Amino acid sequence: MKIAIASGKGGTGKTLLATNLASYWSERQSVVLTDIDVEEPNDALFLQLPKIAQEERFKFIPSWDSTRCTLCGQCQEVCNYHAIIQLGTEIMVFDELCHSCYACSELCPAKALPMVPHKIGELTHYHHANLSFVESRLEIGEEQAVPLIAQTHRYVDDHFSKDHVQLFDCPPGTSCPVIEATKHADFVILITEPTPFGEHDVKLAMQTMHQMNKPFGLVINRADVGNSDLLAYCKANTIPVLATIPFDRHIAEAYAQGLLVYEQVPAVKPALDQIIDFLQAFAINQK
Amino acid sequence: MKIAFTTKGTEWNSPMDARFGRTEFIVIYDEETNTLSSFDNRAIENEAHGAGTATSKKLFELKPDVLITGNGPGQNAATVLKKLNVKIFGGAGEMTMKEAYEAYQSSDLAML
Amino acid sequence: MKEIVIISGKGGTGKTSITASFAMLAGAEAVVADCDVDAADMHLLMQPNSVKEESFYSGQLAVIDQDKCIQCGQCAQVCRFDAISVHDDCHVVNPVSCDGCGYCPRVCPADAIKMEERKAGSWYISETKANNRMVHAALDIGAENSGKLVAKVKNEAKALAKQQNVRYILVDGSPGIGCPVQSSLSGANFVVLVTESTLSGLHDLQRVYALVKKFRIKAGCIINKADLNEMVHEQILSFLAMENIHHIADIPFDRTFTDALVAGKTVVELESSLVAQQVKRAWEIIKDLNQSV
Repeated sequence: MKIAIASGKGGTGKTLLATNLASYWSERQSVVLTDIDVEEPNDALFLQLPKIAQEERFKFIPSWDSTRCTLCGQCQEVCNYHAIIQLGTEIMVFDELCHSCYACSELCPAKALPMVPHKIGELTHYHHANLSFVESRLEIGEEQAVPLIAQTHRYVDDHFSKDHVQLFDCPPGTSCPVIEATKHADFVILITEPTPFGEHDVKLAMQTMHQMNKPFGLVINRADVGNSDLLAYCKANTIPVLATIPFDRHIAEAYAQGLLVYEQVPAVKPALDQIIDFLQAFAINQK
Repeated sequence: MKIAFTTKGTEWNSPMDARFGRTEFIVIYDEETNTLSSFDNRAIENEAHGAGTATSKKLFELKPDVLITGNGPGQNAATVLKKLNVKIFGGAGEMTMKEAYEAYQSSDLAML
Repeated sequence: MKEIVIISGKGGTGKTSITASFAMLAGAEAVVADCDVDAADMHLLMQPNSVKEESFYSGQLAVIDQDKCIQCGQCAQVCRFDAISVHDDCHVVNPVSCDGCGYCPRVCPADAIKMEERKAGSWYISETKANNRMVHAALDIGAENSGKLVAKVKNEAKALAKQQNVRYILVDGSPGIGCPVQSSLSGANFVVLVTESTLSGLHDLQRVYALVKKFRIKAGCIINKADLNEMVHEQILSFLAMENIHHIADIPFDRTFTDALVAGKTVVELESSLVAQQVKRAWEIIKDLNQSV
């Protein structure tokens, strides 16, 4: 089962939930957690597991073959991203701007722009006991997270069976990277906090999930800080609330040091138990 | 010497534009002929991505010896400008074009 | 006129609350630009009354004219984004997947595909409760933030600032390290980095500062939740010292932020609180730093 952990806005506890749920769940069965928040992957700070594999990830970009080029200029004219330009008698390709659409390469009358691999990030695979952890990290300066997210999904599919519990820590927001990250999920957990910001952003995230036809539920973090409009809203719209996590300075302190909190703060375990129970029941229902 | 400025207008009193890629105008001052010519770059507003490379391509065609700007070009634009062999001076984002030129002449601008 | 951009690599550090507080303190001396378009939340605190609204277009989208289409499938063959599929015997474009590269119209033998401007959202100019104007935007669902939208919001804010002859433009910057945050930084006079005393906070601060450095903009840093972890706090301080970033303020881990938020207020409106005093002092320091820039 694929479970995506997402949130409307950043800083609501996505990393906290993903790392704690993965580690706690793996005490009972095999779990793989994948950090596909590729612009800001932080799960590794909390899971100190032995590394078993590391691979570079690539996208394909055109490479200029000056011996074939006739300097006709068509490549810079077809590129909608300003990723390739002609300067006098030279063609320059801007790796980070290229979206790998292949138009310049395949339309080049002189076949002077063959596509070659270009590194966009790194995927690292860690493993200990029942817990596997896969992290993808975008190179600084690379602008497109989507190809790396898609490749990471493929890596997980190649290495883990469908029956494996698969958790995905997704990017925040509601834009393309989130859609790419959640589109293969069987269930999406949206984590939020009951403040006006949290509520506003999670409602946008819920709309997005609706449009994508994804089943989803909420986890409410720092549940006792805000106004409880959110609970009433979920009830009225029959949106399941999987669990609530209280506001607790000890949680924040453990998190600040890069520790898993369920060992330190007793209130966290029952919340994780509720989430696991819900997801297991959901999986049985799906079958 | 041909000197290029990133600006928000086409005259000596026009304010500089601190941005490179999304600058509104590029003004060229030719010291030999004492003439100003300008290039309207405002269409760049419609480009979602790659403003830096598009503008540096324009600059390549204008072939200045010196570029005076504000924050300085980003990575991609800098790569193109290297090919151009243009000397780049920054920190003039808050000045008028005239002030920027005077600051350049009295070596008050940082070379990037 | 000084353009001050507030950014934080990581979400949840209190960036928007702090920016909104500065907007309250600056009042009519500032124009506010919310460039955190992915999670545009500042309007929840500023109670804006919109006086202008316009649609915003960014990027392109392929559209197939079914009257002209001969269903040859060449477009689907060249598309690297799997955006063209067959429904009821017709080739159609999935707008979510289409990247706007413009390849398919170039290979269509029937000239049936046009690239159209893609509506990405709306932008607004509003009057706020702080007696200033704010430029903000809302993205449509699934639409992507871009340097273009951020540049648009900032340009409108600048034009307003010039027209009203105000001292400051306060920019709530975009998250991450991609194109939008670069566009937020471009043209700025000063950057306020908001971080928190957590390992993730430090990690993301280092990643985002690598960008700021590239633009050679003077920077200061506010450490929120400063007392959460002494060791991380020390690490942040030595990073700031090493990079010559002005340490503007420490703000303790405190519920005041959330309490204010729940009340729809900025922290500085809860005047008696310690946090309000610290945020006020931070704004004074930023004003001082910007006099000498």
